[in-house]
Amino acid sequence: MTETLRVRDLSVSYDTRQGSLQALRGVSLDVQAGEIVGVVGESGCGKSTLISALMRLLPENAHVTDGRIELDGEDILTARPRRLRAMRGREISVVFQDPMTSLNPVLSIGRQMRDIQYREGISTAEKDRRAAAMLGRVGLPDPEAKLRTYPHELSGGMRQRVAIAMATLMHPKLLIADEPTTALDATLEVQIIALLQAIQAEIGCAILFISHHLGVIAELCDRVVVMYAGETVEEGPVADIFERPAHPYTHKLIECDPGRLKTRAETLPSIPGSLPDLTNPPAGCIFRDRCDLATDLCARQRPPRRSVTPGRWSACHHAEKVTP
Amino acid sequence: MSDPLLTLRDVSVEFPALSGLRALMAPAEARRVQAVAGVSLHLRAGETLALVGESGSGKTTLARAVNGLVPLAGGEVHFDGQALHETPDWKSVRRRMAMMFQDPTGSLSPRKTVGELILEPFVIHGVPVGDRKARARELLAAAGLDADFKDRYPHQLSGGQARRVGVARALVLDPALVLADEPTAGLDVSIQGEILNLMNRVKTERGLATLIITHNLNILRHIADRVAVMYLGRIVETGPVDQILTAPAHPYTHALMAANPEPDPAARHERLILKGETPALNARPPGCEFHPRCPVARADCATVAPTLDPARTGGAVACRYPLDMGETIPA
Repeated sequence: MTETLRVRDLSVSYDTRQGSLQALRGVSLDVQAGEIVGVVGESGCGKSTLISALMRLLPENAHVTDGRIELDGEDILTARPRRLRAMRGREISVVFQDPMTSLNPVLSIGRQMRDIQYREGISTAEKDRRAAAMLGRVGLPDPEAKLRTYPHELSGGMRQRVAIAMATLMHPKLLIADEPTTALDATLEVQIIALLQAIQAEIGCAILFISHHLGVIAELCDRVVVMYAGETVEEGPVADIFERPAHPYTHKLIECDPGRLKTRAETLPSIPGSLPDLTNPPAGCIFRDRCDLATDLCARQRPPRRSVTPGRWSACHHAEKVTP
Repeated sequence: MSDPLLTLRDVSVEFPALSGLRALMAPAEARRVQAVAGVSLHLRAGETLALVGESGSGKTTLARAVNGLVPLAGGEVHFDGQALHETPDWKSVRRRMAMMFQDPTGSLSPRKTVGELILEPFVIHGVPVGDRKARARELLAAAGLDADFKDRYPHQLSGGQARRVGVARALVLDPALVLADEPTAGLDVSIQGEILNLMNRVKTERGLATLIITHNLNILRHIADRVAVMYLGRIVETGPVDQILTAPAHPYTHALMAANPEPDPAARHERLILKGETPALNARPPGCEFHPRCPVARADCATVAPTLDPARTGGAVACRYPLDMGETIPA
């Protein structure tokens, strides 16, 4: 199989007044062509930094200190600005969480969709025709008329459909979906997930789907990568991970989901403690302070990735003890 | 049974829909929209009622109307023997009826420290505090925060910590009723359990009544005794939490419950995908307001509006053709 996206040992830090904040430390993940991979993690796990790094849109105070990012074999980190501009939107595109802030409020939808096709060398009429066809495809009624509307005239669900239409208009190789349903209601969330699935089947792009919501990831993805405090801690097929998590953080995260408990619980599970200070990350395992299985070894040595079953690994010294 | 602590009768809230010249030119009925349109419900001491519904269904507006933060356009609200639709002394009412706002950080003054914020209710209501330091320490401990949080400012708190301060502020004067607007919004799943446990504990210890507004259906089972489902400013179904979760009678409730993504791939259920989106408040469909999106709508649903009547499944439902116990809608 060919890898659409290949990330190896990616480390990113930010210069802050408190010192160098190590937002990503040795992150590796692969997305095969046509595959939907989920990245799950809570606030502060480095999801947003990862997306910015993949698009080479990191802020000025950020530095990639180590690692490689390859899109279809091409190194993104050393690509020239001209090449990056050609790549963004055509080969790699993003659907953001809040479509109101990712769409331009002062340009019509049609104008924005024309701009995406600026390198296409086709007539404006043809660009509009393609844009309208795409809007129709994502389920907007009367797409030709929608080209003349502005983002504020559309509802939240419609705006997210427009954002998906824009992101997939050029048939990218990789679509990054950054919490695309978090701002939407439950009944719209299912519509958007179904739409992403249909579009993916149609244009065959790979999707990196980023979310803090285990349920959404489970419904949509083939494989899932779990992130905690800037590290990837576990990876594997969705069903396996949910059935037999091999990292204590994954295990606790699944336990915390109140939807899992089918009888009323007076005391809901939670993960006590808080994220470590990433300007001075602790030695050894990053999750040690909040882990029930932690031993002296965890304090001394950062756990390497260990294969659990084929296609499945965990960065835990005690991986076999996580699910009894 | 005792009298309800809070009773709402046919409550409605309106907002101006147009402004300036356009408002003057428009016909009277187009000038205003009804955000809450005739809601009746009651809440007893020690009981938790969850209001669920999607954005724009009027949940938050209803809570704000109960607390006097937006004026009522009609209806009656009785709380603890007082008529809130007349002109009550809001200060004394709000001492007994605390509000937890949706945005945990935004509802805290950025210029006050956590210690000041947590003692602010005493100052507002002129309640003697005694030893301020000891009291602040005690309250922080009850909210599950270390004593050294006392000198921090809201921007130095995480969402979960700010939420704890909000919970502490709402509960410090021993209210009889708490209106909790989305207490888990924006919180990570690993934190939300702690906040709900904190609320559950206080509720059991002090017999507190809670009106909790949420769109997080996963937590319903663990926090609510009864559930009221809102759509376009009306209650479309209400009932005990188990019935709402397992045997919803209204097709909308059914769709809402089925839309909830399930993390366990083995427990995956058939998805029921509703058509379209919630209509705008100024374009309420005729008849049953849910009929354009309803998967089981019949011809007369477009013309005859249903009323909220007792349902065979146990609660009350506003649907002319409610689902039977255990009946599902094919996706």
